[in-house]
Amino acid sequence: MGFRFYNTKLVGHAVTIPAIHIEQVHKRFGSLEALNGINLTINQGEFFGLLGPNGAGKSTLINIMAGLLKPTQGKVSVMGHDVVHDYQAARLNLGVVPQELVFDPFFNVREMLRFQAGYFGRGKENDAWVDEVIESLGLTDKAHTNMRKLSGGMKRRALIAQALAHKPPVIVLDEPTAGVDVELRQIMWGFIKKLNAEGHTIILTTHYLEEAETLCERVAMMKQGEIVALDTTANLLNKLAGKNLRLKLNAALPTSLLPLLKNGENGIYTLALSELNQVEFVMSELRKAKLNVEDMQLFEADLEDVFMSLVGGNMDSK
Amino acid sequence: MNLNKQIDGAFTGRMDIGSWRGAYTLFKKEILRFWRVAFQTIASPVLTALLYLLIFSHVLESHVQVYKGVPYTAFLIPGLIMMSLLQNAFANSSSSLVQSKVMGSIIFILLTPLTYLQFFCAFLAAAIVRGLMVGLAIYLMAIWFVDLPIVYPLWIVVFALLGSALLGTFGIIAGIWADKFDQMAAFQNFVIMPLTFLSGVFYSIHSLPPVWQTISKFNPFFYMIDGFRYGFFGKGDISPWISLSVVAAFLYGLAWLALKMLKSGYKLRG
Repeated sequence: MGFRFYNTKLVGHAVTIPAIHIEQVHKRFGSLEALNGINLTINQGEFFGLLGPNGAGKSTLINIMAGLLKPTQGKVSVMGHDVVHDYQAARLNLGVVPQELVFDPFFNVREMLRFQAGYFGRGKENDAWVDEVIESLGLTDKAHTNMRKLSGGMKRRALIAQALAHKPPVIVLDEPTAGVDVELRQIMWGFIKKLNAEGHTIILTTHYLEEAETLCERVAMMKQGEIVALDTTANLLNKLAGKNLRLKLNAALPTSLLPLLKNGENGIYTLALSELNQVEFVMSELRKAKLNVEDMQLFEADLEDVFMSLVGGNMDSK
Repeated sequence: MNLNKQIDGAFTGRMDIGSWRGAYTLFKKEILRFWRVAFQTIASPVLTALLYLLIFSHVLESHVQVYKGVPYTAFLIPGLIMMSLLQNAFANSSSSLVQSKVMGSIIFILLTPLTYLQFFCAFLAAAIVRGLMVGLAIYLMAIWFVDLPIVYPLWIVVFALLGSALLGTFGIIAGIWADKFDQMAAFQNFVIMPLTFLSGVFYSIHSLPPVWQTISKFNPFFYMIDGFRYGFFGKGDISPWISLSVVAAFLYGLAWLALKMLKSGYKLRG
């Protein structure tokens, strides 16, 4: 143990300090337990997904990281800095894109970004970075446009730019693509992936699970204030998702296969298989029922399947 | 993954803590915020004060003399300057805060490493600047029409600064407390407005019945206006030192309350 301790110290600050460390965090709003003993560590350089249905506690957790809410109990640190006791250092290291489309109506995009960087102690030396953010998010044409006059999509870009204005090592994106078009998503993810490749830690919450599946190396799934799954995206898919078997039949699905049915309409049925050898069982049941299979496809389940099996099926169970 | 990779130009720790650059940026933004709508925030109160001056001086000039040898119009000007200065210092911090709370843009400030003291100082300094700008503009306009003496310039500066600071602080408290524009309007109409009008802007409290004289002495606005006026004429209803003590005590008390609210995150951080 002693050797390990000294060795760890020699390896250096960046390796030993996680980007985000959350320890036994509870948050109560009156009688509502919004967060119930969350433990989570996100390493530097990760692209991390925080998923869950509305009301699961994702935004509450993000607001605690950002210092907008205080935990009722427990500790949160950003790059090793406690968000309550060492809040200045914690906030210097964090950039948050809020979920709501909020803006200051008095200023244009470039002014807002320069002000935002200025609040973090950055001056003219940061202007080149601000210009890079503006260009990378496709805001160059709107740099001198008042925030009030921007469209919803442009306001969303400006909001992302504001979170990046001080070039924080840890970036939290709370539903950044909610209600935005495909073009912005592509521009935005291109830029965010580039930042991640440069070493920035990215924490993403999204309702678009295919985005999380494509982008996130690791995900945590939350339900009713608790983390119900935490693993690499690949492991979650392997362990929990299994396979999907899509069948086109000339008649109704035999009742013996109904427990496997995920969805079915117009004679096309998707069955969720936990193991590959269930295919044989399905085929034998179809033969027994003397049904013709007009088409068949076997494909990997996705994060949405994992999500539904963990948090989606019984949202009101508490 | 990119563990241990240095991000070019990113913050790496404590390097900028303790810097007041962030507070200066917030101050600059607050100045620019009211300057962008200067017609509403500067020109409009100046015009209102000049209309008061025009009407009251026209009606009362030949009927009222508060101090011997001081025409009523001259007596009125410092009161009007101070009234506008106080109202605008209050309006600046309160409206900025309540607007950013209602619109949600306050989050851009709450996410930053600014301390509660820096937050307070930035909003307060901007409120003082707006109060002084309005006051100075009224003074410069008024001296075109009226011969206004200045006996003790230092008292004028002291009370202008303390008055705008006190109302700027009051505005911060009101802005944090109010959740809606109508709450702020109620605060302005039922607290600030009566306190300013019943403070001796248009009269000396010696002209009031004894009961109202006593009540006026509980009004901090009276001390600010009387002390400010003393700087112009060398005369007042009360010693400027007493006024200074009362105003300083109120400023201390309100600043303590505002800082306590900001430190605890009252209505700003859950």
